[in-house]
Amino acid sequence: MHELSITQSILDIAVRHANQAGAQRILAINLVIGELTGFVDDSIQFYFDFLSKDSLAEGARLNFARIAPRARCYACHAEYTPPNSRLWTCPECGALGGEVIAGKEFSVASLEIE
Amino acid sequence: MPTQLPIVEQILSANDLIALENRNLLDEHGVVAVNVMASPGAGKTSTILRAIEALGGRLRVGVIEGDVAGRVDADKVAETGTPVVQINTGGGCHLDAPQVRSALQQLPLDEIDLLFIENVGNLVCPTGFALGERVNMMIASVPEGHDKPLKYPGMFSVVDALVLNKVDLMPYLDFDAEAFRTAVRALNANAPLFEVSCKTGEGIGKWVEWLIQQCS
Repeated sequence: MHELSITQSILDIAVRHANQAGAQRILAINLVIGELTGFVDDSIQFYFDFLSKDSLAEGARLNFARIAPRARCYACHAEYTPPNSRLWTCPECGALGGEVIAGKEFSVASLEIE
Repeated sequence: MPTQLPIVEQILSANDLIALENRNLLDEHGVVAVNVMASPGAGKTSTILRAIEALGGRLRVGVIEGDVAGRVDADKVAETGTPVVQINTGGGCHLDAPQVRSALQQLPLDEIDLLFIENVGNLVCPTGFALGERVNMMIASVPEGHDKPLKYPGMFSVVDALVLNKVDLMPYLDFDAEAFRTAVRALNANAPLFEVSCKTGEGIGKWVEWLIQQCS
């Protein structure tokens, strides 16, 4: 949803670091995206292809490393991977709800440049 | 020869950066901003009006109204004498930080303790756009049905407080209150749920006490 703004930010981060490193071209951008962020890879790719024209990043490959959600039960502190539904039930004690310990990541991890 | 360049930088959108600036400005002036989100018609404006009345001046209130078009809500707030700014998005489905920044420039921030930012009616998009608020809240209403948490988990899980409005209509509708409360608790372990009726005033007092605590 609304991936245009964050795709512009990805491009800005990549170009800034590539320029600082004296790169001629960005070949690939490695992204880390937690599944709970709700961002859709295809939308980011679509906006990226459009926004990166005539920049150092034109033609760069976007690699999406998805991080699955992990929860820590509020009641018994067991850690588990919740199913797709957002109603999280602890497999150890059955309590509802848990703290999100993974799945909200959103960063540019690294670039491949030349 | 291709080289790997490690970066590890958080992706903050341009909106997030402006939201941080808004938050700093609000903190400097001692203003607690509350982002009020809900479906169209659930009772955002009614809840704000009830809060203004119940506070009775204990906190100085300001309001930013967000709507696609018109001044309907801002006019209602203005009648209470509360400083209010109306933002028209002209089609946008959520408020964003730049719009709120402009609105903040039109408010007497030194004379406000609690700033309600009434978002555009929408259970989806507003969750993606920080505004500079300190508190996020959402309003669900009985006529919308008890299954809304299952259908809009994003909204129900990210807020700091939830209000269930129109409880006076429960006898006339098939609203399973226990199912609703259970779903809310599963999605959001810590946020208080205030069950109110803006029509009758039921439950408003407890919610207003919570608002006062957020400002102290």
